[in-house]
Amino acid sequence: MQEKRVASTVLVHIALLIGLVLMIMPFVWMLSTSFMTEAEAFTFPPRFIPQEPILDNYVELFRRLDFTTYFKNTIIVALFVTTISLFLNSLAGYAFAKIDFRGRNKLFLAIMATMMVPGQVTVIPVFLLMRIFGMVNTHAGLIVPGLVGAFGIFFMRQFIKTIPDELIEAAQIDGASEFWIYARVIMPLCKPALATLGLFTFMGSWNSFFWPLIIATDSNMFTLPVAIAVLSGQHGTNFPLLMAGATIVVAPIVVVFLFLQRYFTSGITLTGLKG
Amino acid sequence: MGWLFISPAIISLGLFLALPLFASFGLSLTDFNVFAVRDWGRASFIGLANYQALFRDPLFWISLRNTLYFAIVAVPLSIAASLTIALLLNRKDVKMKRFFRLGYFLPVITTTAAVAVVWRWVLNPRFGIVNWLLSLVGIEGPAWLADPRWAMPALIAMVIWRGLGWNMIIFLAGLQGIPKHYYEAAQIDGANGWQLLWHITVPLLRPTMFFVTIMTIIGYLQFFEEPFIMTDGGPLNATISVVLYIYRQGFRFFNLGYASALAYVLFMIIITITLLRIWVGRTSSEY
Repeated sequence: MQEKRVASTVLVHIALLIGLVLMIMPFVWMLSTSFMTEAEAFTFPPRFIPQEPILDNYVELFRRLDFTTYFKNTIIVALFVTTISLFLNSLAGYAFAKIDFRGRNKLFLAIMATMMVPGQVTVIPVFLLMRIFGMVNTHAGLIVPGLVGAFGIFFMRQFIKTIPDELIEAAQIDGASEFWIYARVIMPLCKPALATLGLFTFMGSWNSFFWPLIIATDSNMFTLPVAIAVLSGQHGTNFPLLMAGATIVVAPIVVVFLFLQRYFTSGITLTGLKG
Repeated sequence: MGWLFISPAIISLGLFLALPLFASFGLSLTDFNVFAVRDWGRASFIGLANYQALFRDPLFWISLRNTLYFAIVAVPLSIAASLTIALLLNRKDVKMKRFFRLGYFLPVITTTAAVAVVWRWVLNPRFGIVNWLLSLVGIEGPAWLADPRWAMPALIAMVIWRGLGWNMIIFLAGLQGIPKHYYEAAQIDGANGWQLLWHITVPLLRPTMFFVTIMTIIGYLQFFEEPFIMTDGGPLNATISVVLYIYRQGFRFFNLGYASALAYVLFMIIITITLLRIWVGRTSSEY
């Protein structure tokens, strides 16, 4: 019995390890190919360690192709989307959690229902709207439509609901305004929730593809995901160059994730429990 | 005061979500095309003609069939794989849990567009690592993305690989929510591992399973980036999805009226499946 248990433990670890190798292998190969010449990449069996690692692919992306611009665009958009949407969603989340006003619950339900609407249904009118506003091919056009979302409001409301009312009442007795309470009492207590939601938003913006593809038709407004897709179409078979491009897109988000992963798991668990 | 706090959110959702939701239905009743983009006066009301055209459009049916094929195969496989890994990681005797969790989760956070490009390389018939791994066990791999029969299975494999970690984390949370004393009580009664799984874990995991299934179905029906980047719907339209077809009609040909009709049909399908699943979930959990 004891032996059987040990055997099953070992077997489970081997299975998990094989799975893990399969999960990670594409990234390892992406990274190693990005340091190869085309001649070296096109060898069989595939090499995982370049014999003479080169940086030419990265140099080409930043020098000859315009990856500096794409990188800047992606960061600008992600930072603006994250900060503004944290502010607007937490403001609404606070009102839905703690302020009594007429029609509050019905309105909240209506907002939650918008989660069922897929982006493809609204994208065409939003695109036409952006043309009216003159925001096609601008940073604003990339940023503005995605600032407020039902999920962000829901997430902040759930967290703010757990903050005791006494704190708010005490501030009200001291004559604090509603906005002061939001900014000085509630927000400092929301730091973990803001960190989690902020990370989700930043990553969502960094990775987003459909909307930037539509609104940024001019290459100087491309974000990294759009740029890598276009590069894949133009340099379809130069895989070392494409892998260097993919590494540039993926690496920052992986680094952010590795540093801040504890906020991720807590956030996903929260979304999982809402069902 | 409450209204003041929510007004920016309401204005934004109204302008970019509620209004477009109705506007796109309106658009779907017009022949809004590339000329109308410059001058709206050139679009005219044509009633349900777009919807009639759509039902006669072979490419719509192909894209719908592909999307359903993709979802019907990928949803159960993806859920089975993530549940299996979650169950393994939830065992008491497994060491280095954090490390494994991290590794399985990594693909989830990475940019789909970039990962799709990486997988074009991974699936390369002559030099890619998939066919290399297959050759190690004596199988000669197909041409994957260039082969109409194997392109969709290849995309399915990639999407499962990418999404596994997400559902795994949700399942792990669900598993940890099951009270330990249920297992202890059953073990005292002499239940074995499979019995514990079948009679305690599976029924008690039902709410999590329900949530995961709905979210996965909705997500998969909107399948777009992978075929857009990896195959552009080919070969021979084998991987064109509904959303890819909407994109093509809307933003390559600027048939915005027709594309809106396509989008509305997809919307109706998603809503129907969601409500159906909610209804099935309600009735079957009452025992």
